[in-house]
Amino acid sequence: MDVLGHFNYWVAIALAMVGLYAVTARGHLIKKLIGLSLFQTAVFLLFISIGKVSGGTAPIIAEGFTVYSNPLTHVLILTAIVVSVATLAVGLALTVAIKRTYGTEEDDEIEALDHAEDEQ
Amino acid sequence: MITSHLPVLQVIVPMIAAPLCVLLRRDKYAWALATLVTWAILAMVSLLLVQVINQGEVIYHLGGWPAPYGIEYRLDALNTYVLLMISAIAAVVTPFAAKSVAREIEPHRRHLFYAVYLLTLTGLLGIVASGDAFNVYVFLEIASLGSYVLIGLGPKRQALKAAYKYLIQGTIGATFILIGIGLLYMMTGTLNMADLAERVGPVADTRPVIVAFAILTVGILIKLALFPLHLWLPGAYTHAPSMVSAFLAATSTKVGAYLLLRFVFTVFGTDFAFGKMPLMEILMPLSLIAIVAGSAAAIGQKDAKRLLAFSSVGQIGYLALGVSFATVTGLTGGIVHIFNHGLTKGGMFLALGCVAYRLGNTRIESLYGLGRRMPLTSAALVLGGLGLIGVPGTAGFISKWYLVQAAIESDLWPVAVIVLLGSLIALVYVGRLVEAAYFHAPDTTAGEVREAPASMLIPTWILIAGSIYFGFHTELTVGVAETAALSLMGSAP
Repeated sequence: MDVLGHFNYWVAIALAMVGLYAVTARGHLIKKLIGLSLFQTAVFLLFISIGKVSGGTAPIIAEGFTVYSNPLTHVLILTAIVVSVATLAVGLALTVAIKRTYGTEEDDEIEALDHAEDEQ
Repeated sequence: MITSHLPVLQVIVPMIAAPLCVLLRRDKYAWALATLVTWAILAMVSLLLVQVINQGEVIYHLGGWPAPYGIEYRLDALNTYVLLMISAIAAVVTPFAAKSVAREIEPHRRHLFYAVYLLTLTGLLGIVASGDAFNVYVFLEIASLGSYVLIGLGPKRQALKAAYKYLIQGTIGATFILIGIGLLYMMTGTLNMADLAERVGPVADTRPVIVAFAILTVGILIKLALFPLHLWLPGAYTHAPSMVSAFLAATSTKVGAYLLLRFVFTVFGTDFAFGKMPLMEILMPLSLIAIVAGSAAAIGQKDAKRLLAFSSVGQIGYLALGVSFATVTGLTGGIVHIFNHGLTKGGMFLALGCVAYRLGNTRIESLYGLGRRMPLTSAALVLGGLGLIGVPGTAGFISKWYLVQAAIESDLWPVAVIVLLGSLIALVYVGRLVEAAYFHAPDTTAGEVREAPASMLIPTWILIAGSIYFGFHTELTVGVAETAALSLMGSAP
């Protein structure tokens, strides 16, 4: 198997796993969001790297160039970046609201507060 | 002709109405606009359904760019049917919102609530109408972001936690779908679903396509909330504002079911998904566990809304079970259940919205003696409950009938038994609601409780009456579902 030739996939996979691990293993709500953003960014890298054509240049028609990289994946990812920023914004807004009402942004402390409320 | 633009208009109209809601500022005006828009969409989708029944397929090219370069909206029996369901639920639920939202959401947020609601509706309609895989992802995120906000607006602080949980899991699901679409694009060079369907075949044996299939399915199952990926659902439905619970329970997971059907049958094809890939072996046990475990978990709940949320986990099992048979009868059952369960569960959540409006909460103890104090609301709950059980004469019976038939056709007797077992468990949890409402002395400390206002009762009863009506008159629901199932299985006339 050609390990080095696929290094773009290795980078994307490693970054995605780091992100997913942070989402699941961390209890702090903001750290979870950082993990989520990392995960999404890894996917963006994957998309952009598959648009690269070996020896291709930027897709602007000019004399002397015949091979161009595929610009479509870049455009798709521009949209996806907007989506991911919006997701992050909603997530942070929710975290602020949680901090305001619960007084904490630690997952297990919130869980304990809710549990205490159920007992009453 | 304006009618030729209907496929895109039904998505654009709510999208433009959403910022108008923000500009209107007064919650009454925003509500009136939202109601007007949802009824307009219902009219548009009904016209589209007529067109689709007459022509078989309506194809619309955005901006006049031909597919596969431009984005294409391709409406066939399946997605027009789901569009009809979404727009009908929206048109019924929005009038309900006036009183319910005024009770549950602070005044300065109400017009924003309607704006986000319309955006969510835009997203849901867009996912279903679009024939472009990436476009589907974008609409999926619009719908999801909208629902996170709507859920977070719930009256208690737990709503924020539920919304956050849904945001994390929903985003992971959507990103999985994005990876799947990326891998498919890598192998085929196209994003148009019809085009993908043709080009996936020759490369079906390559690893990226297999991975794409696996990862897309997992992503969609998170959105569909099939066991064991349902963890976001109970909290979200329990703590969301009443009207949002009804709307999302009836539409958003159903859109997940639609996506599953679209990707598995149209894009990848039956041979790949069920022949080369073990989709049936994975989907069927999970659906059966969902039916039994989801319904069983519903029994022990202390809150009626949470009880219905777990019941949804069980009912989603029936949807997925219909898909997993990969036969026309099974698919018909699954597709009919999309519609029937949407009506029934939407109606029941609206009835609980009436309860929350008068009593301030939906705990089972609060329901004590409800049959005498709010007779119409309780009757709606009971009739809806009969639909969940699948008593003959309700819409729930029709879908279960098809599922049991499909199980027998495929020689899977144990599956048929488990479907019936699910109904028995449903009998127990619906029985708890009935017991609380009719066989307990009312809690006198709550003081005088009157029946809910007409503007809330009428929408509730429209949905419940629909769930009874479609239990007797199945020409529309089963007819269209059968056409859709036949075309998905590739034996379209």
